[in-house]
Amino acid sequence: MKKKKSLERIVFASESEFPLMPMSLGTMHYNRTGAWRNIKPVIDLDKCIQCGICWKFCPDVAILIQDEWPVVDYDYCKGCGICAEECPSKCIAMVEEKK
Amino acid sequence: MKKVIMGNHALSWGAQLGRAQVIAAYPITPQTQVVELLSEMCASQALNAKFIKVESEHSAMAACLGASLAGARTFTATSSQGLALMHELLHWASGGRLPVVMGNINRAMAPGWSIWTDQNDSLSQRDTGWMQYYCASNQEVLDTTIQAFKVSEALAIPSMVILDAFALSHTYEVVDIPDQDKVDKYLPPFRPKLRLSSDDPHAFGGLTSPEHYYELRYKLQKDMERAPALIEETGREYEKMFGRRLGLAEDYQCSDAEILFITSATAGYTARVAVDALRAEGIKAGNLRLRVFRPFPFDKVREVARRAGRVAVVDRNLSWGCHGIFYQEVKSALYGHTDGLPVTGYVAGLGGRDITPETFKEIARDALSRKKNEPAEEIVWIGVKR
Amino acid sequence: MIEIRFHGRGGQGTVMASKILADAIAKDGKYVQAYPEFGVERRGAPVFAFIRIDDKPIYDKSKIYTPDHVVVLEPTLVEALDLTEGLKPGGTILINTDKKPGDFKQYAKFKVAVVDATGIAIKNKLGTLAAPIINTAISGAVVKIFRLARLESLFDSIREAISLSPEDNVRAAQEAFERVVTGNGAKK
Repeated sequence: MKKKKSLERIVFASESEFPLMPMSLGTMHYNRTGAWRNIKPVIDLDKCIQCGICWKFCPDVAILIQDEWPVVDYDYCKGCGICAEECPSKCIAMVEEKK
Repeated sequence: MKKVIMGNHALSWGAQLGRAQVIAAYPITPQTQVVELLSEMCASQALNAKFIKVESEHSAMAACLGASLAGARTFTATSSQGLALMHELLHWASGGRLPVVMGNINRAMAPGWSIWTDQNDSLSQRDTGWMQYYCASNQEVLDTTIQAFKVSEALAIPSMVILDAFALSHTYEVVDIPDQDKVDKYLPPFRPKLRLSSDDPHAFGGLTSPEHYYELRYKLQKDMERAPALIEETGREYEKMFGRRLGLAEDYQCSDAEILFITSATAGYTARVAVDALRAEGIKAGNLRLRVFRPFPFDKVREVARRAGRVAVVDRNLSWGCHGIFYQEVKSALYGHTDGLPVTGYVAGLGGRDITPETFKEIARDALSRKKNEPAEEIVWIGVKR
Repeated sequence: MIEIRFHGRGGQGTVMASKILADAIAKDGKYVQAYPEFGVERRGAPVFAFIRIDDKPIYDKSKIYTPDHVVVLEPTLVEALDLTEGLKPGGTILINTDKKPGDFKQYAKFKVAVVDATGIAIKNKLGTLAAPIINTAISGAVVKIFRLARLESLFDSIREAISLSPEDNVRAAQEAFERVVTGNGAKK
């Protein structure tokens, strides 16, 4: 899917090196916020009615529709649980991450 | 083209000539005419701007921030309660280095509910990192709006163009409206280096640790410190093209003043009438009208005040529990530079109470009656019914 | 510098009259400042408008307390308010009325000018019989009595400001200009 990029630790020695605005130096592609998760959504596709609500409600655009079925993008899903809360057929379980 | 227009419309014309691209505003007395005329200009396509109707002033500023970050020249207008509602986002505009230009009609803060003029609304926001221009005529409002876009975009710092409720907002005066072609030569399109872009994606304004926040804010202050010289330079360029000069302050009869008024906004013009009347009576009065309050024009204040016999700072505002705001800042600017010069702080005209030439005569009499070596610490209230 | 105060009722076009006059004055190259009474407005309530005119830039931004002249668009205000409050001695009060200057004994200290702007407006079909629009008519009288601007400048201002039957308004202003008379409150 996405290229892995090693994050170098960037340190500015002087204020003159700082950018003008507070900003990320690269795109968020390389900041895989999925690492923040403690619980993750698991979708039971047998019970899924393909309504698209989980896709619509996800605040991080971390549920994608592939071949008309919802697929969780675990690189970015932060485990907020909104999809499980909103799913009308209650087919999404929030499961603890094994660390 | 000369036209008789109200102060609010001078703001609209400034935004139109400045080719604002996104306008998001919420109505509030006495600003409504600014936005009414702008929406007519957008509808008739005299102005090619996207007009976003929002449900509150907080949303208005939020929309302006997003648009500015996307690279659009943005404009909005508000007053008192509306300005207060935007407060947290005012910090966002300056910290985010977004050159939004906003018209603010100085209106007294409630309660009591008031629609009349008073400077507490804009001065309450003096710490938010916005440049502040206080205007005394409709011509100045129009000229300042155009200049504000130029200075803000050069420094990436937002600015407020401020005018008194009714005394300027609803007062009709003759204004020379410049030609669009000439304004286009003076004010090039907005082309920020950093902006929201899918070609070069970044996220802006996110979590910033103590390792980085400090230097980002240091840079904001350093750029603000470049503003006084840039404002003067931009003003000189404007004079070359349009024949009208505006700078950090306007001094009138200050070279030999026994009593120097330091004023702002329309009171700063009424003071001139008093200066003439006092001089006719043999009292050498002078008036320094501060046009720019943020960044504070330290050098200009020191240069003019040091020639005066006494200084009377006249505030149409008050920081409760302390003193008039222009007074506090003038006094602090003069400390160590003009020791021995008596500076007294006067408060007048809160909530739209009229400030007349008589007000200034009373101030002059009071200032001149005080002993020079007795510093006047207390607020001198003018016009309070006791 | 000349200062003039206008009296009318909300919805009559008092403020518009002051704006049209300000435009005309500006066309003649003079400096002008015009403003309404600062407050919440509603139809039918007494309304004030003010004009300052000068040959040099006007720096006084305070309110007008002692006008040189007063203009009254609504004759019923004569009974309701002290219309000459603050009016400088020797000043003129111009009233929209079909009466004569001598009928205004209460204004004996001042010059009184009268013009039947209501009649002129009705004749030129401005507004309705119940609510005639008299502001353009009275502006013609103002220009004659106070010599604030050239009549041609006033006509141009009227044409720019009024999109509905501008020429009827211009005619009304012309008539008022010709028919206004000045007298003294004490004499007939």
